[in-house]
Amino acid sequence: MRNIRWLAALPFIAILIGTAFVNSVEPLVFGLPLTLAWLVLWVVLTAAIMATIYYLDPENVEAGDEGTNR
Amino acid sequence: MNAALVIIFLAAALALVLGVLARYGKEMTLEQWTVGGRGFGGLFVFLLTAGEIYTTFTFLGASGFAYGKGAAAYYILGYGALAYVLSYWLLPPIWRYARSERLISQPHFFSRKYDSPLLGVLVAAVGVAALIPYLVLQFKGLGIIVSVASYGAISPDTAIWIGAAIITIYVMTSGVHGSAWNSTVKDSLILVVVVFLGIYFPFHYYGGYAEMFRAIEQAKPGFAALKPAGDGGILWFQSTVLLTALGFYMWPHQFGALMTAKAERTFRRNAIFLPLYQLILLFVFFCGFAAILKVPGLTGPDIDLALFRLSIQSFDPWFVGVIGAAGVLTALVPGSMILIAASTLLANDVFGGLRPDITQATVARTARILVPIIALLAVYFTLQGGQTIVALLLMGYAFVTQLFPGVIGSLMPVNPVTKPGAFAGIIVGVATVVGVTLTHSTIGTLAPFLPSAFNDINVGFVALILNVVVAGLVSMATRSAPTPSVTRA
Repeated sequence: MRNIRWLAALPFIAILIGTAFVNSVEPLVFGLPLTLAWLVLWVVLTAAIMATIYYLDPENVEAGDEGTNR
Repeated sequence: MNAALVIIFLAAALALVLGVLARYGKEMTLEQWTVGGRGFGGLFVFLLTAGEIYTTFTFLGASGFAYGKGAAAYYILGYGALAYVLSYWLLPPIWRYARSERLISQPHFFSRKYDSPLLGVLVAAVGVAALIPYLVLQFKGLGIIVSVASYGAISPDTAIWIGAAIITIYVMTSGVHGSAWNSTVKDSLILVVVVFLGIYFPFHYYGGYAEMFRAIEQAKPGFAALKPAGDGGILWFQSTVLLTALGFYMWPHQFGALMTAKAERTFRRNAIFLPLYQLILLFVFFCGFAAILKVPGLTGPDIDLALFRLSIQSFDPWFVGVIGAAGVLTALVPGSMILIAASTLLANDVFGGLRPDITQATVARTARILVPIIALLAVYFTLQGGQTIVALLLMGYAFVTQLFPGVIGSLMPVNPVTKPGAFAGIIVGVATVVGVTLTHSTIGTLAPFLPSAFNDINVGFVALILNVVVAGLVSMATRSAPTPSVTRA
């Protein structure tokens, strides 16, 4: 599952490049200008992507890591 | 003295008491003082590193930027998310290396990785140069809050002096322990206040978010979307998001906050939750947007006043006091971190780097003596005035991101950047920023042959490109001589 980490490239593509293609005030999405709604969507998706990577990353499962106390 | 001021000063006094109490029963060595003895768990590291975002920069700067520049403020939402993605892979190796070598500062990291104490001194100097505008913006925020909340009774200048004195006192007594405790208090208060204001203003004045954005669209068409070109346009947005995302963890005080962690997994887990924590910025933007039609007419550096002017117009003094108290903490806590970082850098890495024979005790004493001196310097620059809070932070980022190529290179199995390459890249990058800032020139005036779109690119980003090119060329030229010390790490 090492390839799963390439998911992390998506936020960069979406925020740095994608924003230029959805840049307008209208239509409002949940009351937000489209540009802002797009960024909010990607902030949430970024958290979801990082959670996916975290739980599939063997580094976080192995006992060698001393992260048990919190 | 009105109710607002009483509450604000009580908050400042509480911050001071918490800071002093945190020190109680602790032996204060330099390592204790700066990195809390490396014993903080996930929550504190979360608050210390996330707490960085919730500074005056966000509270007053981001709302003011949304008020004055509209959609350009969205960049703040974008860079945080990308910086946290990077942190997942960037922070654990830095933390691991720093722990095994018992490093407490970023210049130490450079001088050990590149086997060059002089490079450490250069990095420290860049760090201090970047931290000064960051400290200035915290003082500026304090000045705005205290003087506006006093309804004019306290001048902004006096307010800046008061704030600087409080920060200096608690840094000198408790170091980073004070910051950690106050971070907890600050983050809870700011969360409640910002979310409340971000809901209250749009609904009270406009009847909802959609209604507010429609009203703004009618008055200023296109203001809530990025401009196709120009300052604050799409190219500016892209280059600024990338610059600040790469620079996010290059701040010397961030390095200090990282070193307080107990385990590296802390960083990976925080990479999940920190992007969500970013969403509080939405409410900050709402405050700024709400102010556009309700307190119109603020221009230049005065756009930073937007959130506070609207609050004064909307609430009783006691509640303005609560908002002000939250604002004061957002300046005090990061201000103390920055002050610690700057004084430690100068004492340990510039002074100690140039004179390796001095003892740790001397370094620790020097760091403490430097605290009030740096605070005074920042007060001086704050009183000069003239720049918005966001512009000040972007100037700091333009400096600090120049360290990114050197850090990334040093984390690779074989470092592609040589010692002279790192020197040359950083010097060229920083010189570009200084040159452009001092001469007030743009890419257009420096390189008129380029298409006008290049004008919109953030200057710090252009400097970063030059930095990488120069570091690459010099590294290639100097690589022929085998330098085992460079690849050692």
